[in-house]
Amino acid sequence: MSVLLEARGVCRSFGGLDVTRDVNFKLVSGDRVALIGPNGAGKTTLVNLITGDIAPSRGQFWMGDDDITGLSIPERVRRGLVRTFQTTRLFANLTVADNVALAIMQRKRISRRIFSSATELPEVKAEWSEILAHLGLDHLAYRKVIELAYGQQRLIELAIGLALHPKVLLLDEPAAGVPHDEAPKILDAINRLPADIAVLMIEHDMDLVFKFARRVLVLAAGRLIFEGSPADVTADHEVRRAYLGSYADARHSA
Amino acid sequence: MSDITMIHAPQKRVPFAQEAAGALTILALGAVGYFLYPDDLAFLTRLIGIAFLVLSLDLVTGYCGVATLGHAAQFGVGAYAAGIACIRGVTDPVALLGVGLVAGTIMGLISGALITRFRGLPQLVLSIAVGQLVAGLANKLSWLTGGSDGLSGIEPGKVFGVFGFDMYSRTGYLFSLAVLVITFVVLQRFVRSPFGLMCRGIKDDDLRAKMIGVSIYPRLVAMYGVAGAVAGIGGALTAISTGVVGLDSVSFERSAEVLVMLVLGGAGHLWGALAGTVIFMIFEHVVAAANPFHWMTMVGLLLILIVVFAPRGLIAPVMSLWTKMTRKGKAA
Repeated sequence: MSVLLEARGVCRSFGGLDVTRDVNFKLVSGDRVALIGPNGAGKTTLVNLITGDIAPSRGQFWMGDDDITGLSIPERVRRGLVRTFQTTRLFANLTVADNVALAIMQRKRISRRIFSSATELPEVKAEWSEILAHLGLDHLAYRKVIELAYGQQRLIELAIGLALHPKVLLLDEPAAGVPHDEAPKILDAINRLPADIAVLMIEHDMDLVFKFARRVLVLAAGRLIFEGSPADVTADHEVRRAYLGSYADARHSA
Repeated sequence: MSDITMIHAPQKRVPFAQEAAGALTILALGAVGYFLYPDDLAFLTRLIGIAFLVLSLDLVTGYCGVATLGHAAQFGVGAYAAGIACIRGVTDPVALLGVGLVAGTIMGLISGALITRFRGLPQLVLSIAVGQLVAGLANKLSWLTGGSDGLSGIEPGKVFGVFGFDMYSRTGYLFSLAVLVITFVVLQRFVRSPFGLMCRGIKDDDLRAKMIGVSIYPRLVAMYGVAGAVAGIGGALTAISTGVVGLDSVSFERSAEVLVMLVLGGAGHLWGALAGTVIFMIFEHVVAAANPFHWMTMVGLLLILIVVFAPRGLIAPVMSLWTKMTRKGKAA
């Protein structure tokens, strides 16, 4: 199995506070990994480090044989490192089709063209139609994103992710805020992601984690404290302590 | 809600239908001006010149979300460049447009490189600074620009060697109208291109744009270059048709006024830019003649009314009506 993404000794501190401490992990082709951890464990910081939104204080990220630590966000995306957002970040005033088409055109390196009509280019349209149909969104193609329900917007986040042909896909709480009866749609879409890509999902909902993950990473106080199968995670002493500990802390500070 | 959606409604069967409709509409309005108001052609020519500047501002503000109060710089540099070139022997009007276009583009790229580095208030302040710098230079370099007296004696040759500029501004008006139609049609294509669409995406959410792999800064600078070209054409047209270029063409007031026009008409839409220019300029022309002392008060009132009752500009209700009509038409 080829290693697609690797974190080597990644640390990050904010003003003396260590938010990420010596994190090491590898994602290989076909991986389905869940990253869990109590509130404030530094999960979102870790995602932001991976995508290049913030720079690590120490340590590196590698994709294959390349050190990507110094690369900008767009450069990482072009290498196939793609994320979705916990709270949807979409082009709200554009249509659903435009949102996906922009991602496709960016991937195909045709988004600098200045004299052809954008979303309706045949090769682009064929692709966004297929992605939207795949996610059951085809009837909404020409609606503005801002007019859609939240669950539908979450699916568009996934649609954009798919359109970028990721090698590594980071899903930041893909089902957060989605009405309960729509959550299976999200899981269904995730299960149908291309088999060879590596998916790292940050999730609170343990139901979803068990259905999705073949490997679980547990982050607590910025440190990876567990790596193993979903079956073992609930039995692990340190994981239980981390969760209980955080609850105890929360009650103290409340 | 769905006022602007029409630009991205499924493509119509007839290619270039939107462009043709745009060209015909402008030509029809232009014909109305030409035949009904033959004594006001000088004013209408000036209006068309300003329309280029408002369209240019729409490209950076309406399509990219860049806040600027120094946009007259691009227009003024185009006007001065064309004026200076004309006085020094380049008298062909089309060549002078080219001079204005190039000068405007260069000015646009320089401004864009500075202004789009920042966001929010720093961006706005920087845009004012760039505008003031250009205005200051236009004043100081009097050996080149005529300083506070302005540049006069611009006497362009005949258009295509046939149509000479006359004192009634007939040639100036028709020439400007023709250039406007061409520019507008090109811009209609441009804003619907992948590049234009991506700019609207960047305006919506720049982090999302980065996360699909877009480098934002070069895009915005490029857009500023295009906007500079459009403004530069407008400046050159104004210089050619009026024969003078003054400090007002680079002034802060000019920058602020065109922003008002854009908001009035509706930012983020080419028709909004045009509508805003036409309404503001005609309102100013008529009211200033009727009541020279209080016309600014009236303009202020008009603007307040529009911001309160049509916050997305006058074009928004028109567009939503248009969408409804076309949707009904399809259903029928």
